[in-house]
Amino acid sequence: MLTFPTLRTLPFRVHRTGAAVGALAVLGLVLSACGTSSSSSTTTTTASTSASAAATGSVNLVAYSTPKPTYAALINAFNATTSGSAVTFSQSYGASGSQATAVVNGLPADVVNLSLAPDMTKLVKAGIVSPKWSSTATKGMVTNSIVSFVVRPGNPKHITDWASLVQPGVQVITPNPFSSGGARWNLMAAYGAQLHLGKSEAQATAYLTDLLKHTAAQPSSASAALQSFLSGEGDVLLSYEDAALYAQKKGEPISIITPPQTILIQNPIAVPLKSTNPSAAKAFTDYLVSPAGQKIWGQQGYRPVLPAVAAQFKFPTPKTLFTIDSLGGWTKVSTDFFNPSTGVVAKIEQGLGVSTSHS
Amino acid sequence: MGRVVGPALAVTYLSLLVVLPLAALFSHAFSSGWSSFWNAVSQPEAVAALKLTLLSSLAVAAFNGVAGLVIAWVLVRDDFRGKSLVNAVIDLPFALPTIVAGLTLLTLYGPNSPFHLNVANTRWGILFALAFVTLPFSVRSVQPVLAELDRETEEAAASLGASSGRVLWRIILPSLAPAMLAGAGLAFARAVGEYGSVVLISGNLPFKTEVASSWIFSLSQSDALGAAAAVSVVLVLIALLVLLGIGLLRRRFDIPEAV
Repeated sequence: MLTFPTLRTLPFRVHRTGAAVGALAVLGLVLSACGTSSSSSTTTTTASTSASAAATGSVNLVAYSTPKPTYAALINAFNATTSGSAVTFSQSYGASGSQATAVVNGLPADVVNLSLAPDMTKLVKAGIVSPKWSSTATKGMVTNSIVSFVVRPGNPKHITDWASLVQPGVQVITPNPFSSGGARWNLMAAYGAQLHLGKSEAQATAYLTDLLKHTAAQPSSASAALQSFLSGEGDVLLSYEDAALYAQKKGEPISIITPPQTILIQNPIAVPLKSTNPSAAKAFTDYLVSPAGQKIWGQQGYRPVLPAVAAQFKFPTPKTLFTIDSLGGWTKVSTDFFNPSTGVVAKIEQGLGVSTSHS
Repeated sequence: MGRVVGPALAVTYLSLLVVLPLAALFSHAFSSGWSSFWNAVSQPEAVAALKLTLLSSLAVAAFNGVAGLVIAWVLVRDDFRGKSLVNAVIDLPFALPTIVAGLTLLTLYGPNSPFHLNVANTRWGILFALAFVTLPFSVRSVQPVLAELDRETEEAAASLGASSGRVLWRIILPSLAPAMLAGAGLAFARAVGEYGSVVLISGNLPFKTEVASSWIFSLSQSDALGAAAAVSVVLVLIALLVLLGIGLLRRRFDIPEAV
């Protein structure tokens, strides 16, 4: 029988002593928890490998959700090499922002691969990853991609460039930029494309307003956006190229259009400072950016960061490919554009909302 | 000894699972001071999301109150082939993971709907999703009470010349009112916090179809945890007020507590 239990209807009389004992027990638990939380024990293991090249032990891989199938292939290939034959993996996949938060809150991680640099910055701020994580040969990145347009087979609405997205009758799907990293790449691609077309900052902001007006849905994540698009919503989906290629490979009915101007998506990877198996973790990350590893990434639709390997694949080349650095870098962009109360995008949404909330 | 241990355990369990998390939420919401709490809560997008959540949940709780009664009535008082199947299926929304429910609703009532009924990215979509996940509360809270109802009073009234409408209004509904109110309260509480089933079909458009739980999620993903806690506190307080309101209604109309 569903009902709201009140003290009067409990099947026993609430004895004052009983309630007091309970409250004291809880207080005791809380105080003891507070006491021990400050003495967190960090066991640092010194690198155990000496001259031997073979790494051993277990590696905790924490990554964003999209590369899960690719990591299956990469781990198999790594285990087939001499340096990686004795390494076992435990893997965790999820939304990039959520994964970063999980690691900050104590999820054990030896290799962290996220979908955009600001999520890695969260780990730097929490002291988990070194501030120098991007000082590697590949600037801390393991894969590249671009923002693409995903349309219905045959491209019935003739989507070719950013201007065609804001034509009358065109409905766009892009994830919500405040809950999805993918959405931020999409909007900065749109903004940056306008700047590279010679527009001023004010005109680029006006374009963003137009684009958001044409947005039929803003699902909470990139994968939810893909689901919405595949279930028939919208005419064009803004998406990572690698996610679109994967969906196409699985047989989903889509066509992929490469915008003439688009942003280079760079996915960061790092070995946390407190990794319990740094030697094996480093061996794995070295493999991921080696020609052999990069080739596997390329086969799965990710643009390799090594130019020599990238040349082996026939990825479409946009006329203008720019990076987030040309727009000021993520730290500046996150604050200027995506602060939930003062950012440019937040102000656009509020402006649109106030004028259309009565529609 | 049992008179101490029982309540002690109950208070400990309630505290650990309910009181402490709520206290932590309140403390986090105010950790940066009153002005940042107010900023987070008075932001236009937060206000729009809270308004939408509150109104949708009230509407669904009221509607499902009636729908739940009708379904419970049919299950208790009627007999038909497949009744036990229908009875089992009522609990399906409880068993389905909410994201699966969301995907199902999008398939059935989205652009590719086999019934040509497309409510995706509209407020109707939100109402559909909330009605779906809260229906079991409305049905199951009324069903056992209806089954236990003493038919003698109804039969006596009928034999004295009362129409079936009068019997319903004067005899049956007052007996069912506590259960219906309890069910409505549960449905409201569930609807206010619902995320997984709503977020896909609603389209999540700011100021139009973005519910409070979705806005709170966005805030938490934008490193604005204090703001997320602040909006959550308001949501909890509003839900508490509505539940207290139901309690007041009960007292005002002398409706006994559901037992």
